[in-house]
Amino acid sequence: MNNFSYYQADKAKDATSAKRADKSAAFIAGGTTLLDLMKLNVENHDQLIDVNTLPFRGVEMTKNGLRIGALERMSDVGEHPLVVKNFPAVSQSLLLAASAQLRNMASIGGNILQRTRCGYFRDTAFPCNKREPGTGCPALEGDHRNLAILGTSEACIATSYPGDLSVALTALDAVLTLENAKGKQREVPITRFYLLPGSTPQKETVLEDDELLVAVTIPQTVAAQKSLYLKVRERTSYAYALASAAVGLEVQGGIIRAAKVALGGVGTQPWRSPEAEKMLVGKAPSEAVFRAAAEAALRGAKPREHNAFKVEMAQNTLVRALSEVAA
Amino acid sequence: MTEPITPDTPAGGPGKPANDGSRRTFMKQAGGILGLALAPPFLSQAERLTALSRKVEGVSALSLKVNGTVRTIQAEPRVTLLDALREYLDLTGSKKGCDHGQCGACTVLVDGRRVNSCLTLAVMTQGKEITTIEGLAKGEELHPMQAAFLKHDGFQCGYCTPGQIMSGVACVQEGHAGSEAEVREWMSGNLCRCSAYPNITAAILEAAKSS
Repeated sequence: MNNFSYYQADKAKDATSAKRADKSAAFIAGGTTLLDLMKLNVENHDQLIDVNTLPFRGVEMTKNGLRIGALERMSDVGEHPLVVKNFPAVSQSLLLAASAQLRNMASIGGNILQRTRCGYFRDTAFPCNKREPGTGCPALEGDHRNLAILGTSEACIATSYPGDLSVALTALDAVLTLENAKGKQREVPITRFYLLPGSTPQKETVLEDDELLVAVTIPQTVAAQKSLYLKVRERTSYAYALASAAVGLEVQGGIIRAAKVALGGVGTQPWRSPEAEKMLVGKAPSEAVFRAAAEAALRGAKPREHNAFKVEMAQNTLVRALSEVAA
Repeated sequence: MTEPITPDTPAGGPGKPANDGSRRTFMKQAGGILGLALAPPFLSQAERLTALSRKVEGVSALSLKVNGTVRTIQAEPRVTLLDALREYLDLTGSKKGCDHGQCGACTVLVDGRRVNSCLTLAVMTQGKEITTIEGLAKGEELHPMQAAFLKHDGFQCGYCTPGQIMSGVACVQEGHAGSEAEVREWMSGNLCRCSAYPNITAAILEAAKSS
């Protein structure tokens, strides 16, 4: 890990201004992604700005939904009664992620901004368009078993967000609050926060250099209350998803009135599927309907040699998630 | 407990607890800006200490409260809590396995919560209560979790054991040790390459029952 100076910011403006003044600086909250990548020399920062004492805390119900301070820790939010009761998919996505230790450390904001687990990105001996734009992507013909089949480009096929929480947040139409060095806040729906890799895989989100993610708001809906996160992985616990599904259904009089579907582990970003939702709304829940929705969700998939299995796996994951949430 | 090797080790030599000396240094640092007249209980001292160390560059004095004793080290901000414990404070119970938060061998408690000390910066734990495996026993009396690991043979090579025990203590405190399945899920951040999992699980379940 390169040496750096440490600065504990007292006010949000101090933190964002310091970041704006120093292009090589990074914010640190839990540090679980950042220090991991700095130890690998994948990220190098000459200054770490500690944001932990800033007032972006709390889990509370507001008129726009549940507002979660970005500095809350995964473990606390995952077990928070308001989250467990009203947003089960969010709670499950948090508690099925990482380990108890990491969940105690990692912040909600840091989780949303975590970086890919692509082995080529994490190893500086290899070229990588995300790490060093223009150097190429060895994953295209190399080891891409864990990588994406939706939203890929010739420049990058990494599951840029490899985690769980943002998949649930994407399904449930969460809105992120960002604050810049002028103290100005803006709201960005999470469905427009992440960027597809295209020819610029190094640009992963719409977050500006001087912006800090300060809160997440999840609208309270019937479908959110009847939601579920299902994660399929190599081992029973403590592993990234090969495929996952966050689903929410509102069923009235035996008919699906609202459906929310997002997939994880298969997209370059958390993958909302309006195609699947369209196949569900207005129908009576049944395995055949869920199967049709799952096929629609994966229709655009571009599998490669080693991750072709993910198409069927993601479909089955989605069918099972929908069946369980409808039961 | 291991002897302190901090620069401010008090006169009295090895074997003597470092409480007095380190505490004095800590108080001086903590009170430096606002004055000792307002000397408060530990929590506000911590806040003041933080105020003092708002910007840290290069080798600097960092005060860590480990197992109830405040000790000062001279270290760069990039030094992790794990390295501070092992290399600066000679508390080598916490182990370095993967150094990337994947194996759990470095697990310690910070303000009562289990964390991976390898992904924690020492500079960020100033003013917090750090508990390591060395701080569990009361003199010769083992912590119930340590005793349960012995009874159930919850290890083979022993390398992961300090992390397992610290994680197990937290697992029970959190209320996540109600069944074998629950223990396995909530202990999944601690790997054991000897695969002593059945015995580790049995030890934690027993310690949970007796707590």
